[in-house]
Amino acid sequence: MSDKPDLRVELVSNPQYLSGVREMVSQVSRRLGFSDLQCSQLALAVDEALANVMKHGYDRQPDGRIWLDLTPLPDNGHGVGVKIVIEDEAKQIDPLLIKGRDLEDIRPGGLGVHIIREVMDYAVYEKRGDKGMRLTMMKRQASPPKPGSQACADPGERRGAGDAHGGS
Amino acid sequence: MAAREPISVRLEQREGAAIVSVGGEIGYQEAPALRNWIRQAYDKKPEKLVIDLAGVSYMATPGLATLVEALQIAKKTRARLVLCGLNDRVRAVFEIARLDTVFVLAPNIEQALETKNES
Repeated sequence: MSDKPDLRVELVSNPQYLSGVREMVSQVSRRLGFSDLQCSQLALAVDEALANVMKHGYDRQPDGRIWLDLTPLPDNGHGVGVKIVIEDEAKQIDPLLIKGRDLEDIRPGGLGVHIIREVMDYAVYEKRGDKGMRLTMMKRQASPPKPGSQACADPGERRGAGDAHGGS
Repeated sequence: MAAREPISVRLEQREGAAIVSVGGEIGYQEAPALRNWIRQAYDKKPEKLVIDLAGVSYMATPGLATLVEALQIAKKTRARLVLCGLNDRVRAVFEIARLDTVFVLAPNIEQALETKNES
């Protein structure tokens, strides 16, 4: 089996492309066998992740590069799945500093990572070599129980000192 | 060529309430337009603001953030904010963010207008 994704999209960090990408993710997910609600959730997670890169990674500069890879996962007893990897060349941040905010604190912003964590079975941020970040997300039709927070590596918000990549 | 308005919005007043009816997808790019319309609605100093989301097919966290801002303005101005018309997908986003219990939600505009004004 090739380690190359079935589908790769390259886009610039311009929000005008968000709606097209989430529509594509939703449609592809539907073809893979996900329910309508799951397709919507997958599109939402990708949308939140991309918006986070555009807003915080590239500081709203519209000419940064972003890559989205999508690979179907065969049925492992929890249904078929999908692996989505989002990479950028934006500023790096220590993944351990990535945090979501307390939901008890009702205020605008900072919800993006919480959404990603809730709708995906797996979501991990890591540095991408010496330039940019990589977010790897996976979801299956029948989501298995989530591993402990450590194993899930808390995808958190792309937030560091000074809220560099934070919020949504 | 001018960019297309990212969302459709209709603003009306009825029974002392301002009603903002929204259509389209509310993501990162569209949320600022919604914010502007909500501020216009508050400028009319309504006792109640109803935001009808029946035409909203998609909501991401920038949309939620805009609505939380609207709630904060409502508290400052002692207005009543009611959201209505959420479809299942939009409601699911509220639930994931645990905001479904923070807002007053109604099935439709008529029932939103009937909710009592005291918070």
